[in-house]
Amino acid sequence: MEKKIIEVSNLTKKFADLIAVDNISFSVKKGEIFAFLGPNGAGKTTTIKMLTTLLNPTAGEAKINGFEVLTQKNQVRESFGIVFQDPSLDDELTAYENMSFHGILYKVPANLRKTRIEELLHFVGLWDRKDSLVKTFSGGMKRRLEIARGLLHRPAVLFLDEPTLGLDPQTRNHLWQYILDLNKKDKLTVFLTTHYMEEAALVANRIAIIDHGKIVAQGTLSELLSQTKTHSLEEAFLTVTGKEIREEEANPKDLLRMRRRMHR
Amino acid sequence: MINTIYILWLRQLKRYFRSTPRIVGSLGQPLLFLLALGFGLGPVFQKAGEGNYLEFLAPGIIGMSIIFTAIFSGIEVIWDKEFGFLKETLVAPVSRLSIMLGRTLGGATVAIFQGLIVFIISLLIGFHFQSLLLLPLAFVYMAFIAILFTSIGTAIASVLEDMQGFQLIINFLVMPLFFLSGALFPLENSPKPLMVLASLDPLSYGIDGLRGTLIGLTYYGLLPDFLILSAITILILALGSYLFSKIQI
Ligand SMILES: Nc1ncnc2c1ncn2[C@@H]1O[C@H](COP(=O)(O)OP(=O)(O)O)[C@@H](O)[C@H]1O
Ligand SMILES: [Mg+2]
Repeated sequence: MEKKIIEVSNLTKKFADLIAVDNISFSVKKGEIFAFLGPNGAGKTTTIKMLTTLLNPTAGEAKINGFEVLTQKNQVRESFGIVFQDPSLDDELTAYENMSFHGILYKVPANLRKTRIEELLHFVGLWDRKDSLVKTFSGGMKRRLEIARGLLHRPAVLFLDEPTLGLDPQTRNHLWQYILDLNKKDKLTVFLTTHYMEEAALVANRIAIIDHGKIVAQGTLSELLSQTKTHSLEEAFLTVTGKEIREEEANPKDLLRMRRRMHR
Repeated sequence: MINTIYILWLRQLKRYFRSTPRIVGSLGQPLLFLLALGFGLGPVFQKAGEGNYLEFLAPGIIGMSIIFTAIFSGIEVIWDKEFGFLKETLVAPVSRLSIMLGRTLGGATVAIFQGLIVFIISLLIGFHFQSLLLLPLAFVYMAFIAILFTSIGTAIASVLEDMQGFQLIINFLVMPLFFLSGALFPLENSPKPLMVLASLDPLSYGIDGLRGTLIGLTYYGLLPDFLILSAITILILALGSYLFSKIQI
């Protein structure tokens, strides 16, 4: 039996009278790449926030690496790395300082910290920019740095919330190459959210389609296609949600975020 | 715990010392107060039989520069909420208390440093402190003001959503705290209501302690200043830590 890294049952989050995440259940096995596919406002980020201890669930349970998100916060926090939807680097620090800060916060011993930072910055192609202030970085460079940072403490699972939002197609492909590499090499478990169909179809082992806070379908790509008797993820999505994902649906806040990210 | 506090403290310092415009910019106001008020009101003060106004004023202005820098440092939590860095610290496997303490001590260190610069400027334009022996104690009062007001800033920032409330805080909290504290005028001869308000203002005790140690003039007494400041600082630090630990983003 393979170890489950993420186990979620009947998880729910309410904001006042809005049910942002509605009674969802799923699990992710070690070494899997699992994608949450859904339009803006579907509840993807809210789910990630609950799984990463930033928000307390209204109801239901979630375990990361065998630890309860509500009661074993510290063990949960040690178990994951995360790249948030919005940037979370300190712009006034250098790339190296951001890494180093993270390493100390996660109690990575000094000598190990040094070798890992060097290795990871090489891996994401930022070693020669290690002493530049992050505010001088492009959007793509920041994403790469965030991924390197998220891996520094060797987490059991990496959360990626819309990691390619606002990036150009070339940077996007590069980024996926890194992720797929890591997944192959270290059997890293990855949980990602996206509203790009082709991204989910291309990189994920399993996909959950989420709409209005509910998981409306989940399985491997071929399972989804046979469940819905369709021939592409787009068609399957249309069948289960009754609509297509389109950029125009983005709400004003998300658009602002996207623009902010592109210009930073 | 110590490592977490240290790294957050260090981050505040790096951010501060890398932004020279911020350091220089925040010296403008205290300098203006010292020169315009110190020399402008000096003769009137002297005639009223209150002695040298610059000597009286300098501890107040040192206190002013500390409280402004401290509140601003605390408020930076909102900044980090908006620009996302706060999330990086909140998902880390460390106690919320150590994050709050590290940030507060970092902010307070920066504020003390700012106060020291103003202290040196005051010396350059003619301020004299009375005793080298009491000088370390003056730094203790500076530290009290710095820690207290950084925690107040952090507490406020923990419950605010964005920077929109910032101007409100400056106008309706920091300005009144400063003007009512006796930083600019002696409390003894002021009207009763003003004296009551001043005694409710924690900054009054900081300024009074600073003035007591620097020029030997105190209204409440050095020991009461010390005790009251300790009590309020611990209280606010606890409140700030509590509010900070409740942040959900
Ligand atoms: N802090 C909050 N308070 C109130 N509503 C929220 C909050 N965060 C998210 N929401 C709402 O919850 C829903 C799901 O949001 P989110 O999880 O960010 O969606 P996604 O990441 O899939 O785009 C949206 O309608 C959003 O407006
Ligand atoms: Mg989202």
